[in-house]
Amino acid sequence: MTESILRMRSITKTFPGVKALSDVNLEVLRGEIHAICGENGAGKSTLMKVLSGVYPHGDYDGTIEFEGAECQFSGIRDSEHRGIVIIHQELALAPNLSIAENIFLGNEQAKRGLIDWNRTNAAAAGLLRRVGLRENPTTQVVELGVGKQQLVEIAKALSKQVKLLILDEPTAALNDEDSAHLLNLLRGLRDEGITCVIISHKLNEVLSIADRVTVLRDGRTISTLDSEGLTEDKIISGMVGRDLEHRFPPHESTVGEEVLRIEDWSVHSPTQHGRLLVDKANLVLRRGEVVGLAGLMGAGRTELAMSVFGRAYGANISGKVFKNGREIQMRSVREAIDHGIAYATEDRKKYGLNLIEDIKRNVSAAALGKLAKSGWVDDNEEYKVADGFRKSMNIKAPSVSSITGKLSGGNQQKVVLSKWIFTDPDVLILDEPTRGIDVGAKYEIYTIINALADQGKAVLVISSELPELLGLCDRIYTLSAGRITGEVPRAEATQEGLMTLMTAGQEAGK
Amino acid sequence: MSLAPTNADMVVLPNPGAPDDNSGKPGFSVNLRQSGIYIAFAGIVVLFTILTGGDLIAPQNISNIIVQNSYILILAIGMILVIIAGHIDLSVGSIVAASGAIAAVLMVNQNVPWPLAILLTLLFGALIGAWQGYWVAYFGIPAFIVTLAGMLLFRAITYMILGNRGIGPFPDSVRTLSNGFTNGYLGNIGLGALGGADLFSLLVGVLAVAGFAVTQWRSRAGRLRYGQNVDTLVVFVAKIAVAAVVVMFVIVQLARFRNLPWVLVLLAFLVLGYSVLSQRSVFGRQIYAVGGNLQAATLSGVKVKSVMFWIFVNMGVLSAVAGIIFAGRLNQANPTAGNQFELDAIAAAFIGGAAVQGGVGKVVGAITGGLIMGVINNGMSLIGAPSEQVMLVKGAVLLAAVAFDVWTKRRAGASR
Repeated sequence: MTESILRMRSITKTFPGVKALSDVNLEVLRGEIHAICGENGAGKSTLMKVLSGVYPHGDYDGTIEFEGAECQFSGIRDSEHRGIVIIHQELALAPNLSIAENIFLGNEQAKRGLIDWNRTNAAAAGLLRRVGLRENPTTQVVELGVGKQQLVEIAKALSKQVKLLILDEPTAALNDEDSAHLLNLLRGLRDEGITCVIISHKLNEVLSIADRVTVLRDGRTISTLDSEGLTEDKIISGMVGRDLEHRFPPHESTVGEEVLRIEDWSVHSPTQHGRLLVDKANLVLRRGEVVGLAGLMGAGRTELAMSVFGRAYGANISGKVFKNGREIQMRSVREAIDHGIAYATEDRKKYGLNLIEDIKRNVSAAALGKLAKSGWVDDNEEYKVADGFRKSMNIKAPSVSSITGKLSGGNQQKVVLSKWIFTDPDVLILDEPTRGIDVGAKYEIYTIINALADQGKAVLVISSELPELLGLCDRIYTLSAGRITGEVPRAEATQEGLMTLMTAGQEAGK
Repeated sequence: MSLAPTNADMVVLPNPGAPDDNSGKPGFSVNLRQSGIYIAFAGIVVLFTILTGGDLIAPQNISNIIVQNSYILILAIGMILVIIAGHIDLSVGSIVAASGAIAAVLMVNQNVPWPLAILLTLLFGALIGAWQGYWVAYFGIPAFIVTLAGMLLFRAITYMILGNRGIGPFPDSVRTLSNGFTNGYLGNIGLGALGGADLFSLLVGVLAVAGFAVTQWRSRAGRLRYGQNVDTLVVFVAKIAVAAVVVMFVIVQLARFRNLPWVLVLLAFLVLGYSVLSQRSVFGRQIYAVGGNLQAATLSGVKVKSVMFWIFVNMGVLSAVAGIIFAGRLNQANPTAGNQFELDAIAAAFIGGAAVQGGVGKVVGAITGGLIMGVINNGMSLIGAPSEQVMLVKGAVLLAAVAFDVWTKRRAGASR
């Protein structure tokens, strides 16, 4: 059990101007689950790309030894041939092909040039049983949720006789139930002798599943630790190079009068006729208060927020919204912004930013009118405003002319927040504001949220991470199957209590 | 040391400690990508000047290049906006034909006064644009399909209006706009060895260059006041000087031939107006936002449907302008007019640096792209190359231009 399957020695990889990896060593033992932790930009993904041949031999310095033999991969096919399979964070399935077709994509089960569908589907069914996915192999992938698609990816890896399975943030987009299933599956694969390398930001997961943990920081190996007796704080201190004293900045809210009240808000699905997504929700937000909205994936959190935000999502919406005690109508996003509501999306790359444009044009995008006189934009004022945000929000970029697509997740999120702060809203709805960003940047985002509350704004934070809501919010609503099932002040809130409320009435809702 | 970022207390406050390094390295690849098109244009001009023994830049030929390509350049202005917004318009050739036909019927058959007839024709173009814009923006059909249908529909309408014959001749005023030149209002002036040249044209050229230099200087001063990066004074002056030399060279050649073509004057106003519109107006910014990320633009409160709609209306109007110019030039509205103009306009936009995914491109780039095609056409016909060779070269240039763009992008992406 203790021989090593993989040894990466002194891996150094440089991009023009940046040393992404410097002298990194990684040793993975056969049959273990090995976690790699590190902040965004620490070099985790780069290391895995070196390993899987995305960066071919010669593109980096150092050696890779797999099963005792040195490897010089010239591409992904090479590494897959040796039994190293990587599953990326963004799943790479063809949505309109069937599960079986996806599993054998590039590895078609053919006889004399023609695909043997019986063999394909039968083999796929066998693989699906192994990963515990009860679906027909001929089902189109587009009909599956993210969790099931993840399982299809693993089935695909198994079809390639995988020996070393690499998963990049496998549970980032999964709800707790799917995550638990996936982690169990990985334990099962370990018992079958498959070695796993898992990259994850979720440290509790890492501790529950990994045998050993390697921590990277700034492109260097900091340490490899046995998970026996390891704590989250210890990993974090390795990742950030400093001790974790406070994950959340201390904050005392001064709560003022009511700013926004949502009454009997109901939303139906725009695609599935008659399906109720939000069921008579009631919410109150007050000046200077940070309010949390907790709910499992699919509970209707984003649907609730986006439907309020100028009916940007949903069909057949009913209910009333009161701003400062007066009922308001928001039929479009523009009207919502004009009423002082801001909504920062959970998916900043897809819905939040124009990734091919620079920082200043993204910052100004939602309030261009403020920079314009009779339809003409003042470029210089725009620069000044954006540069002000770059400094005050500590956006790490050489200038506001930097393209947002090249910033790290944390800095992108700061650009999104700048955009909404520039609209000068009274109410900010922040949907998963710290998703996929590293610990240090999270702290900065929390500080910004607190500062916004101190300025008298009402903030609604939607999050999947209960510790985050507990550490940040003055009051937490729970949403379950489209219904508000609870409203808990911070002092009375516990993870267990919230989780009970978040799962309450699930059966009734379905 | 605690995890708290050292500057946490300065968030949402001016942060004197933050790195204030505005001197983003002048990325060579970025510069190459932006200026590559102009370098390529200069190279092509030099190449054909040598191949044609100087005939390419002879006074009459420069005039010909401008007049012969004016309608494609006008279409390219509209097309680049459509492409920046992430769409395409395959129907512009047919709109050119249809609006030429309408103009001819109004002016020749119905004897409507020409200014009114032009106005009505432009309105007709706007209506066609609104029709297509409706289906694309509000009904949600991909522009490729809507305008492919439009290509057939408007060609059919042209045939219905004209039957299978041409209508002409056009009033003199319209012919002058398409084909004519400014009068020598101020008489001629001797330019030594170059012979006589039209003083008015020269003055217009000098004023244009001076105006350009002054606005650029003021823009630079404004940016400096706000502490932004600007070119060093030497680079700035060099750029202005190059622009001035190129413009004055063209103007002098034109002044030596037959003064300024009216379409050049029209084109200059259109290029200037649309450049400012696309770069400085709220509407122009929204075009880029819609093309760059439709969902993000929607969630930022941009009325994306309205933006798309008006872009197609604009394309319709510019197609009508091109239609009038083209018909006036031939002195006849013809049912086959404008055939494949859409392809030339699209090629001009992509050679000029537009991205297939949308969100990227410049009016000046599209004009340069159109001129590259025009110079290749003209230069190759001057050296007597057969038309299949011209096609071959144009196809290769289009592919090479986009390949270069993709390559520089990939290189920029890899250096992350």
